[in-house]
Order: sequence, then C-alpha cells, then structure tokens
Amino acid sequence: MSDVREAISRAHHEEWARAVAALTRRFGDLDIAEEAAAEAFATAVERWPADGVPPNPGGWLTTTATRKAIDRIRRESRRNDKQKEAQMVYDDGPSEPLGAIDDDRLRLIFTCCHPALALQTRVALTLRMLGGLTVPEIARAFLVAERAMEQRITRAKAKIKAARIPYRIPSADDLPARVSGVLAVLFLVFNEGYLATGPGTDPVRHDLTAEAIRLTRLIRALLPQDGEVAGLLALMLLIEARRPARVSADGELVNLNEQDRGAWDTELIAEGHRLVRERLAAAAAGAAPGRYQILAAINAVHTSARDMRDTDWSQVLALYDRLVRLDPSPIIALNRAIAVAELDGPEVALAIVDRLAEALAGYHAYHATRADLLRRLGQSQQSRAAYDRAIELAGNTAETAYLTRRRDQLR
Amino acid sequence: MQYLISVIDDGTGPATPKEDAAIDVFNERLQAEGHWVFAGGLASPDTATVIDNRSGEALFTDGPFLESKEYLAGCWIIEALDLDVALKLAAEGSEACNRKIEVRPFLST
Repeated sequence: MSDVREAISRAHHEEWARAVAALTRRFGDLDIAEEAAAEAFATAVERWPADGVPPNPGGWLTTTATRKAIDRIRRESRRNDKQKEAQMVYDDGPSEPLGAIDDDRLRLIFTCCHPALALQTRVALTLRMLGGLTVPEIARAFLVAERAMEQRITRAKAKIKAARIPYRIPSADDLPARVSGVLAVLFLVFNEGYLATGPGTDPVRHDLTAEAIRLTRLIRALLPQDGEVAGLLALMLLIEARRPARVSADGELVNLNEQDRGAWDTELIAEGHRLVRERLAAAAAGAAPGRYQILAAINAVHTSARDMRDTDWSQVLALYDRLVRLDPSPIIALNRAIAVAELDGPEVALAIVDRLAEALAGYHAYHATRADLLRRLGQSQQSRAAYDRAIELAGNTAETAYLTRRRDQLR
Repeated sequence: MQYLISVIDDGTGPATPKEDAAIDVFNERLQAEGHWVFAGGLASPDTATVIDNRSGEALFTDGPFLESKEYLAGCWIIEALDLDVALKLAAEGSEACNRKIEVRPFLST
C-alpha cells in the first residue's frame, strides 16, 4: 500500500509537468490541461491500489489525462460548438527548429512567465503547472490566502486564453527580456524546492530543485552568452551541492556551520565553480555582474571553505555590499547581516536586523536570524520569543524541528 | 484574433504634427502587413453625450460617462495572431502616438 502511495507521489513529481505540457500543446488550453492532469492523478490514487501500478506510469497518466480532456471538450462542445472549434484549432503546430533544446515544458514556462502577467501570478502559475504544487501549497509559500491564490490562478488562465498568450518559445529579439523574467520565476521555484512548504511534503523537494536546474540548463543552452543565466545555474548548483548535508538523519534542518562538508556533492561544486570563474573572467573584461552572478560568487566562497572559520567572511560581505547596491531589498539586507555577525559580532548584526522589523515581520527567517543573534548574546528570554515567532511562521517541517530544538536548548 | 488598442491621454491634448506623421507611418505599416482593421482619433471627452434608453425613454446627459484625468483619445483595432504580436505592435503604436496605450482582446466568437 505504501509502495503504491510512493509510486503515485513519484509519478506526480516526475510526470506532472510533462502531462500538463503535452496536453496544453495538444488542446491549446491551460485550464483543460491542468484539470485533466489533476483528474488523471486522482484516478491513479483511486485505481492503482486495487489494479496495481501500471508498468509505464507516465504513459498511463498522459493517456488517462488525454481521455479526460477529450471528455470535457465533448461535454462543452454540446454547449458551445464554436468554442470547441476555437480550442481545437489553436495549436501552434510544429515549433521552429531549435535542435535539442526544444521541449514542451520550456514552452509551458514561457507561457507561464509571460510579461503580460503580474510577477506573482507567473510564479504561482509556474509552480502549479510545472511544479505540480497545489493551490494551498502555493498560497502558503507566498503568504497569501488560499482563496486569493485560487482566484489569481483562475484569472491568469482566463487571460492567457482570452488574450491568446502564445504557447511557444519567443522569437530571438524577444528572448533576452523574456529570459530574465523566467529566471526570477525559476529561482523562486528552486527556493521552494530547497525549503519546501507544507506538512505533508518532504522538507527538501529534490524534484523541484532538479526541475529548476534542468530548466535553467535548457535556457543556458539557448543563451550561452547570458551572464545571469550562467550565474543562476551556478548559484543553484552550489546550493544543490549542499543538499545531502542539509537535513539530519532525524529530519532536522542543518545550518551551514554545522553541515558535514564531506557530504557535499563535489561534482556539482566543481561545475558551479567553473561557471563562477567563467563569469569572473567576463567581469574582469568589463561585463557588470547581475544579482545571480554575485549570489553565485558568495556561494562559491562558502563552498571553497573547509569550515565556518575558514570562510572568507570579508569577501562574503564585500559581495553582499555590491548586491545591496543592485538590489536594496530587506531580505538581502538580512542575509548581509549574517555575514556582519561573523565579522563584527552579533551585537552589530542585531542592530541591522532590528531595523528590518517592519518590512520582514511576517518572514520566518527574520525571526530565526534574530533568535540566533539574541541567543549568541545570551538574551535567552528574547531569543525564545523570537524562536516562537519563527516556528509559528516556518512552513518547512525540518526547519521547524531545528528551530524547536534550538529554542528548547535555551537556558 | 482582434485586439482593441486604446490610446490613453492624460491631458496632453490633440496630437502634434510630428505625432500625426509618426501615426501615419505606423498606420501604413499596419495596412501593408495585414494587421489593419480600423483606427481613429476621438474628439475631447467634453464633446461626449451619454444616452440611457433602458427604461424606454431616452435620457441624454452632457459630458462623458466617466470623469477622470485619463481618458480615451482614440483607438486601433488590429488583427494579430496572438498577444505577443499584438503587444509588439502596441509598443510601436505607443511610441508613434506618444501616448500610453492599453491592449485588450475582443471576445473570440
């Protein structure tokens, strides 16, 4: 029984995006594709425990979803023949030749990340359509009410259909601008995978981080000269490399300073470092690095150090200073403060963190960072209150476990 | 697929001769490339009359239905394959007429 559940969950992670992308291509309608895919998975949950897992779960799901979609179109065509025609006719046909990089999922991501949609909507759509996250999971990830998230996604699908947002890879002139929008979304997807939300899900969702990396690689193949694409790929690889050490055997998140660095994936680190060096050479030749390249460089510093003490914190701080000039967001300021704590001590860092109170009051990492700094300063009572707040806001099970232990160790 | 491209004015007033010339060039392109359906500029909102005949007795009111700082100054109706094509044309239209514009699809029939 648990084997079947595992097979369904694995199929969901591996096949969801492929099914939605294939159905969108065939029926030219995101809503039909999503609903049919969801129905097919619901049917699997119903049938597989009794009938057994089919030999080719992905094929079974796509076939079942296709039947569901055709059923729905038939039902609707009885109501409205013309609408049906419009849906069936709108198929882009074969894509322009792009060689090995053509992929339905790549089309799907360009549709989901279309600039005529609001950024939050793009992220939500990408997580739903490519990541297969449920609406409640997405709502939780972005601190939005479920109903509001549902409406946002419904409205976006309606706009894509009514305004005919195309399902294809953009033309060469549009590509650079469209890509930077996609990168922002992919990084958010990666982050959701690296610190997954929801009590029913793995704390680290390798499927999402892997999908984000896979799609970023595809875009890199498409735009090998784009520094930010290389930067984002390097950043993801250097974070992903630490995944084996990120969660302890008893399911607790492990902080960077406590991680077993021997467990890090040396191949991914080597690939990430290669990309960072490539971008450093470009920067030396005059190309101003963007935010992903700077973040990748910061992670290259971390992954070059034998341990926390061996880390070149002044280098990290210098990179954060550059980043703040490029992106003065409070979350960057919070991460910078962590480097400040290592160089100038927790008291100086706490003063910086406290100034972010208003902007980050609803962000668990703000409270967790504060709790840690207060703990290091011996202010147990205040530290405990901050841990309480962080635990309340944290959506990741492993992080909650870690924060709870830390809080309970306070004297 | 048809799209309405609305030209939004916020008090700049009628187009200058230079803008008119740029609009002409843009219109010729729309026609040459088969996107053209219709285009026209509107007189100022002060010249509008609102009519309500829902009760069977037509009521005329002087002035626009919505008093606002931003108002419709004209429009294009274009034929385009999809929103990407429409947005690209709209961006050129905005540059030509030197106004902010809105793109909105017609309901497909």
